[in-house]
Amino acid sequence: MSLKKFADKIFSRAALRGIVAIVIFLIIWEIGARSEQLFGYRFPFLGLVPPPSDVLVSWAGLIGDPSYWQSWYMSFLRVFGGFIAAMLIGIPLGLFMAVNKTFYGMYFPTFEILRPIPPLAWVPASIIFWPTQELSIAFVTFLGAFYTIVINVLGGARSINKQFLQAAQSMGASQWDIFRRIVLPATLPSIVVGSAVGMGITWEVVVAAEMISGGGSSGGGAGGGLGFFIWSSYVGGSYEQIIVGMISIGIAGYLSSELLRQAGGLLTPWLKTR
Amino acid sequence: MANSSEVADSAVSMAAPQSTEISSMSLTMYRVSNWLKSPRPYLMVIGFAAVLSFWYFAVEVWKLPRFQDMPGLTEVFSEWFSKDPYYGLSVYTPEYYKHIGISLRRIGFAFLLATGLGVPLGLFLGWSKTFREYVFPLFELFRPIPVLAWVPLAIIMFVGSETPVVFLTFLASFFATTLNTMLGVESIDESYSRAARCLGANRWQTFKHVVVPGAMPYIFTGLQISIGVAWFSLVAGEMVSGQFGLGYVINTSYMMIEYPKIIIGMITLGIVGYSTSAMVRLLGDYLMQWRVRELALGDS
Amino acid sequence: MTAVVEQRMAEPVNESVTKGSLRIDDVVKIYDPDGAAVMAVDHCSIDIPAGEICMIVGPSGCGKTTLLNAIAGFHDITSGSIHMDGELLCGPGQMQAEPGSDRIVVFQNGALFPWKTNLDNIAFGPMMAGKLSKSEIYEKARTMMADAGLSGTENNYPGEISSGLRRRVEIVRALMNDPKVLLFDEPYRALDSLTKSVMHEALLEIYYRNKVTIFFITHDLEEAIFLGHRLIIMSSRPCKPKKIVEVDIPHPRDYSVLTSARFREIMSEAKGVVHEEAQKAFDAGEKEG
Repeated sequence: MSLKKFADKIFSRAALRGIVAIVIFLIIWEIGARSEQLFGYRFPFLGLVPPPSDVLVSWAGLIGDPSYWQSWYMSFLRVFGGFIAAMLIGIPLGLFMAVNKTFYGMYFPTFEILRPIPPLAWVPASIIFWPTQELSIAFVTFLGAFYTIVINVLGGARSINKQFLQAAQSMGASQWDIFRRIVLPATLPSIVVGSAVGMGITWEVVVAAEMISGGGSSGGGAGGGLGFFIWSSYVGGSYEQIIVGMISIGIAGYLSSELLRQAGGLLTPWLKTR
Repeated sequence: MANSSEVADSAVSMAAPQSTEISSMSLTMYRVSNWLKSPRPYLMVIGFAAVLSFWYFAVEVWKLPRFQDMPGLTEVFSEWFSKDPYYGLSVYTPEYYKHIGISLRRIGFAFLLATGLGVPLGLFLGWSKTFREYVFPLFELFRPIPVLAWVPLAIIMFVGSETPVVFLTFLASFFATTLNTMLGVESIDESYSRAARCLGANRWQTFKHVVVPGAMPYIFTGLQISIGVAWFSLVAGEMVSGQFGLGYVINTSYMMIEYPKIIIGMITLGIVGYSTSAMVRLLGDYLMQWRVRELALGDS
Repeated sequence: MTAVVEQRMAEPVNESVTKGSLRIDDVVKIYDPDGAAVMAVDHCSIDIPAGEICMIVGPSGCGKTTLLNAIAGFHDITSGSIHMDGELLCGPGQMQAEPGSDRIVVFQNGALFPWKTNLDNIAFGPMMAGKLSKSEIYEKARTMMADAGLSGTENNYPGEISSGLRRRVEIVRALMNDPKVLLFDEPYRALDSLTKSVMHEALLEIYYRNKVTIFFITHDLEEAIFLGHRLIIMSSRPCKPKKIVEVDIPHPRDYSVLTSARFREIMSEAKGVVHEEAQKAFDAGEKEG
């Protein structure tokens, strides 16, 4: 049954249409990129981009290159480092703000004022403040996920159905019980959503931070990473590798969100019944 | 909230346009006076004071390690409001407004383009199943690639330093707007389009009277996100390439070791970014009176 | 209220209605999600004369709505046919009816467009048809709203008025199009019983003044007997008429009917059958929907 379902899914009309669209896109890209050789006229935009076949060849050459995989490793390390830090600080902070009205009243406005400043605008200040470049990248990465996680946790914890709390109280639950058995699980779906969004932002920030710092200076021990890979490919003039890097980041980002989705699904099994 | 139910009653009984305007104003007055009576504004002031004084003492008085390298509170604000700024950037210099203006122009152009293309695309993606089955997989293929990973390719593809920055900003906005618009169409309760067909509306009339207004709340959520990510990528774009703009100010001030200007740039970015998203929200409220009124009653 | 009573006296029952008869003939509907065929409607035949209030009674999720959707043209049928006034709506050759303003649905959760004012909602059907001028349409809409006791809410949005008034606006919106048949899909389900009783009398008032056939789905037996000429009690999934109960209480009716001996007799006659089907549906674990 499940195999049949899988086969049905692959050969369904929707999937075939998707494949058709992607193939057509690749053909247009290939022709556009080779327009100068083919027609003697360079198409706008596409004519300046390397063709997909060259990208594939370049990628095949990189698969065996350990430094390419080192870039993956570095980026993943930074993403998860910043992301986990944001969870460790953001979730308790969000919950605390939801529970403690005085603290919320004092610091939420400040939080809201800082939030519109894009994380990347913090890069120079962060470099000045932190002793190493690696730490400054970590800080900016942390910041990217931090705001989203706090906002989602806070929103989730504040929208808990009051009857849940009253039911628990009437059954004699202590404050700690209520927090642990009601507030925390009821906020979990929001935590999962906030983390998923935060993960996307984290990748954006890491890529940019790697480009800005890696592109600006070679020292400080902050080399490597997929963002830097793209930037150095650009500086070195190997344009196929830029696209290899972009696709790699796309895959890496997708894998991270998928990992998070799976973990979220395991943590909130009751949402599946919907 | 006793007052808002009173407002509801008067709206029902009179139903004249001015009467609702007057009551919405009195409602605002009522809320402001309630807010002033609550502890919230005072806590807010205490919070600001705590954060600012920590900044002042840590950097300029106690000179804590690491903090002493940072620009201090008085240094930043005296520069920002100086008639004769030491580093050449304050509210009195035309330079300052030029950077804001250029950033705003880029945002405006990219945001309008992304809205103009993303909203119709999202509407059609949500409305036509066939169209979605062809186009959405392509869209999904590009979406996991962070917008900022496009920076080098954008520089290669577009001539000059201006278009790549605008392109990046556009791209970020475009994905957010399209996706949310599509979700908005999907969120519309099927009975609305069924009702429209029952009442004799054809496919195009259903699109105009049901799909577009029904997706509006999601579209505006999308536009809120869109303007946020637009600033996000604009700053990155301006820091990497491009001339002028607030991101450029922040980056060059770092390289020229004019540290107070970094903070001025950051605060300005926060203010301008917040104002633009507030404008999008106000526009949404203006276009969706039905929703504003519904929510106002929901408070009671 | 007095004016309404006078009108009831003047025009007793809708025997003059000649349009809007429905003939449901041996209709079968099988859903086919992932190859597991689910029979929703099983060889169902119902004849509804023009001007009748026909109450379709059955437990939640028994497939009554499937039948209504087939008449309205929201989805196809697997076999059988449905005719309105002798004309084919759906059947061999055209398994899905074309939705049209001669059969208008009043939805379970209400489907007034929240982004249009009540007046614009009511004017919607004629505006789409485009046969009358805008000013004529809005004049008619205002008159009909006034008749239904909705004056003063013209410029409000549906979200600003009570749910009872919303239902009334929705019925007026349907009547603006001079439909032959009104299809009610448990419209009063979410209302409390006191509001419901007010809505029932209001619906009957509207019915006495407009010549329509009413196809009304419900699981509330009291509602069914109070409103209907006839109850068709359906078996739980697959949906099929199990028992037909004639309500021989003369129209016009008001709420004194509820305490009459005849009402209680009909109630006890129908109750046993309905309860049995509800038990069956409950045991089958049908999810309410």
